[in-house]
Parts: sequence; C-alpha cells; structure tokens
Amino acid sequence: MLKASVLISIGLVWAGTGLGTASAAEEGEIRLLHSGTDINNTESLQRGARNFMNYCSGCHSLKYLRYNRMSTDLKIPESELVKNLIFTSAKPFEEITTAMPAESADWFGKQPPDLTLMARERGTDYIYSYLHGFYADKTRPWGVNNLYLPATAMPHVLSERQGLQKPVYKNEKDAHGSAKMVLAGVETMTPGALKPEEYDQFVRDIANFMDYAAEPIKATRQSMGIYVILFLLVFFVFAYLLKKEYWKDVH
Amino acid sequence: MAAAPESAGTGKGLIGWIDQRFPLTKLWKEQAAEYYAPKNFNFWYYFGVLSLVVLVNQLVTGIFLTMSYKPSATEAFASVEYIMRDVEWGWLIRYMHSTGASAFFIVVYLHMFRALLYGSHRKPRELIWIFGVLIYVLLMAEAFMGYVLPWGNMSYWGAQVIVSLFSSLPVIGGTLVEWIRGDYNIADPTLNRFFALHVAALPLALIFLVIAHLMALHEVGSNNPDGIDIHKYKDEKGHPLDGVPFHPYYTVKDTVGVAGFLLIFAAVIFFAPNFFGLFLEANNFEPANPLQTPPDITPVWYFTPFYAMLRAVPSAFGTQVWGVLVMGAAIVVLFFVPWLDRSPVRSIRYKGPIYKIMLAIFSVSFIILAVCGMNPPSGIYPTLARICTALYFVFFLLMPWYTKLDSVKPVPERVTGHA
Repeated sequence: MLKASVLISIGLVWAGTGLGTASAAEEGEIRLLHSGTDINNTESLQRGARNFMNYCSGCHSLKYLRYNRMSTDLKIPESELVKNLIFTSAKPFEEITTAMPAESADWFGKQPPDLTLMARERGTDYIYSYLHGFYADKTRPWGVNNLYLPATAMPHVLSERQGLQKPVYKNEKDAHGSAKMVLAGVETMTPGALKPEEYDQFVRDIANFMDYAAEPIKATRQSMGIYVILFLLVFFVFAYLLKKEYWKDVH
Repeated sequence: MAAAPESAGTGKGLIGWIDQRFPLTKLWKEQAAEYYAPKNFNFWYYFGVLSLVVLVNQLVTGIFLTMSYKPSATEAFASVEYIMRDVEWGWLIRYMHSTGASAFFIVVYLHMFRALLYGSHRKPRELIWIFGVLIYVLLMAEAFMGYVLPWGNMSYWGAQVIVSLFSSLPVIGGTLVEWIRGDYNIADPTLNRFFALHVAALPLALIFLVIAHLMALHEVGSNNPDGIDIHKYKDEKGHPLDGVPFHPYYTVKDTVGVAGFLLIFAAVIFFAPNFFGLFLEANNFEPANPLQTPPDITPVWYFTPFYAMLRAVPSAFGTQVWGVLVMGAAIVVLFFVPWLDRSPVRSIRYKGPIYKIMLAIFSVSFIILAVCGMNPPSGIYPTLARICTALYFVFFLLMPWYTKLDSVKPVPERVTGHA
C-alpha cells in the first residue's frame, strides 16, 4: 500500500516536472535568470514592500492586497505603514490601489496592469529577469526595450538605481543559411547608484514581495503543512496497526 | 391499525423505534455489517472508497465556496481572490476543492483501470460498469463547468474552445452553441448557467448515480483480483468462506488507504497547490479577457487525452466534425466494454499474454495522448497523437477477437491470498 502510493506520487511528480521542462525549452527564447527569492525572509519582504511602494505603486496597483494585511504579515508597525508606505489617501484597511487615471492608457499605450497575481501568472524568475532586462533602444517611446518582454510599454523606472544597459547581438545563421543579427543579452553602458550585486538584491526583494502579494498565505501554508503531514503519518501508523489487529484472524 | 410488517425491527430503544418505521438496522446490515466482500482485495481496491472520499470532499468544500463566490462576469475573479485572502480558511477550502478536482480524476482513472485488470465489468456486473461510465461522463461535465467559474483567462478561453466544438455539428451547430452560451459569446449568462449546473444539477445527478453504482454492486457482490465467485463455497451459516464482512474488516482497511491518500493529498494542498501548473494553470491567474488569447489554450490535464484525439483527426469534406465524433466515440466505446471482452476468465491473472500486452499498449497510449494534449500540436506530437488514438480504439474494437484468441490459465476454485 505505502509502496504503491509512493510509486504513484513519484510518477505524478515525474509527469509534472517532465511536462514543465518540455514547455520551458522553447527555442530561440532567452533563458530567465534565477531569482533566488525566499518567502520566509521577512526582512527581504519588508525591503521589497518599501521598494515596490516607492518605485512601482505609482502606476501599478495590488488591488487584492490590503495595506494592513501586508503590514501584519510583514511585521511592519502600523505607524510605520501610514508614515512611509501609504502614498495615497487610502486607509490602512483598504486595498493597494493607484491614483493612475484611465487616460494613462494613452500615456503608455496600455494601462499599467495590476500586479497582485503577477508572481503566480509569470513566476518570480520572470519578474527578476524583467527588471534586469531593460536596455537602451532609441526606437521605443521611452528609449528602452526589454530583453524578456520585447516592445514593453514600461519605461525603465529603476534606471537611476541600475544604470543603463545596451544590447549585445550575435551573428546567427537562419534556416536558409543567411546570416542575421540576434539579440543575445545586455551589458552595462552607464552604471547606476547601486552596484550590480546591490541591484540584484534590490530586485530580488521586489520579486519576493510580489510572490508574497500573489499569495499572502504561502509561508503559513507551508509551515502548517508540516504539522498536517506529521499528524497524518501518526494517524496512518495507528490505522495500519488497527487493521492488522482486526485482520489477524483472516487466513 | 395494521400491525408492523414482519420484516420491521423488533429491537428496543431508539434504534428499535426507528427500525419499526425505517429500515435502519436492515440497511446497515445489508450494506456493511453483513455485506460479505472477498477477503483478497489488493491495492487497486482502494480507489473506489477514495472516489467516495473525494466526492464528499468536493461536496463539502463546494458548499463553503458557494457561500463566498459570486457567479458574475464582473465579480467572479475578484471573489475567488476574496476567498483566498479574506475568508477565514478560504484558501484551504479552495485548495482542497481545486486539488480535489484533479484527485477525483486520478482515483477514478485508477478505479476504471482496476476494472480492466480484473474484469470487474463482466457479467453480472455490466450495470455497475455502465453506471460508472455515466458517473465519469458527468464528472467531466462537472469538472469543465467548475473550471470556468474562477473566470480566469484560461477558464474563459477553455470554455470558448470546448463550447465551440458543438458548432462543428452540421445544420444545428451554430444555433446549438448560441443556446448553450445564452449569448453570442462566452459571457455572463454562460457563467451563470454553468454555476447553476455545477452546484445543483450535476452534483445531484452524480450523487444519484453513485448510489445506484453502490446498490448494484451490493446486489451482485464485489469482484476480486482472482475474478472468481466467492458465493460458491459457503459455511453453515450461508456466509461465503472467502468473504469477510465489509464492516469492520474493510472499514478498518480502507481507513489505512484513506490515510495514505490524505498524506499525498495534503502534501499537494500545502506544498504544491498549483502542482507545476497542472492543477492550477498560470494563465488562469489573469482575469478573463475576451480580447487576449493565451499563448497556448490547453485544457486541464485530465481532459488532455481526449483533446489530443480531437486535434489528431484532420478535417475532411470541409468540416472538422470528425475530430469531435472520434472524441465522442472514445467515451461511448467504454459503455460496451462488458460485451467486448469475450475471454472465458475475468481476471488478468488467468488471461494470456495478448490481453496483458494490449492493456499495456492501451495504458501507455492513453498517457502519451495526455502529454500530446498538453503540448502545442507541432513537432512529433501530431503523429504521436494519431498513432495513439488508433491504438486506443484498437484496444477496444479488436477486443472481441483477441480475448477469444488468447490463451487462459486454469482458474482456482478459491481465492488466493488475503488482504
């Protein structure tokens, strides 16, 4: 019984991961960077909340997350929350909305999307990569393009932090044998206020915070899960012993 | 006043009072305490009770979700996030329900596979099998409509694709699709009716069929891994020698199975509720957007074998109805399995190599079809899907011949081993 259920779960995991890798290995796509976020790192989440509120929340809402839920979960005192993190006229129990008017669609080409669930939709690696992927491109309205989201409508809000990058191209032969230039990556053009490692951490904190915002219960869920599994293991053992006791007369 | 009928209970106390008015003790004895089940059930026999456990899980968690969910195109998506964030334990209830949906198909697929292993559909259990296939068909409808309710972008476009399948039917197609949607597009009326069907009509029908499935089972008695009749040899009290009362023997044994299942179930709920994007798809965390099609529209994993068949069949004579017909036939053929199997023995233990090979090919084909259905139809997948669709039907349609041709081993008089 136990052996078989283990086999089935291994099978399921194998099927799941196998399919995941199959879809990730799209050709011609630039590989995402590894974000290395940790949902249990409260300090990183606090810094991420600060970064998000200062650099992102002007345009992007987190409309399913309440300010005070965030401050409670992230152990931020309410006075601190009101003083440093709420930039609108919102009350602490309200959701994190933005003052962006509907006309903003005309400024950017599209309305800046709500980001509450972005980490569940695209993953933290994507967020981390996207915020590393801006490079100078004079043909774009804001003078920047993005390695991971070509023709992005977003300006490089963090350019003062990161600096500016330029694209790196490589020569490649297409199916017909003619050479063409392909975007291969980016490299620093002008440095920003943060050193590269500092910027990595700055963006990692944002990605981590967005992972939290997408599912505020995540950390609790995982720690609670350990106790549930432990209980079920004990229950399993007692159920098994009870079964053995009842069945010992059956031959 | 007429006296109580003979069959009514003669007991005392509250139970006696009830027994004179309702066959409580009688039912308990017939269905559990004196229902003799073969003593040699193995691992495969857990999936029946597990289906029941998951059904109850879906019903109970579903009731609580209904209390906070709003079946409206403008509010549905936000109400799911409300459940995930603001409703006490809402996240757990929702994950139990969403994981339960996938778990339901896992246990039902394994339960059906058990029937193919041990010939549980053979005479006199044909009706049990037919009720079972009906449950499976209803379950697919139930799961599809439930999947639409969160109103994410995959919900929306999945509904778009599945509902538009009906438009390929000649003459009535267009009108039929409009009638199903209640609109010219998948929209608020569609969501409302799917909600009604998902929380009332289909669960009622499912419960009714599950009761019929169990009543038919307890009428003829359970099959077993040896595929032999345990009622041939009885003791002086008339109880089968190879049988044990369902209660307490199988109630305690099933408790072990349920505990094992709950371990895996809880592990998914608490540590991987998305299950690598298979149980909750990434694109469904974006609200429904009629103007933006997701990069790949794929159904949830449990539909993908049939979705692969649908796509495997090319259009001909200017219509794509053939794929829909093949997909429908793949389900309809299941109803006939009890009559397609002509082997003189029930259980795979005493069948010859041909059936074993055919069942293995069938199982592998089904899994490959599932993988094909999850991936875009390019590269090797379309060819694979066509081969496996053919093998799926070969397993069923040639069954009358190969099961007759196959060699058989002598069947024992009494069951071998015990659980």
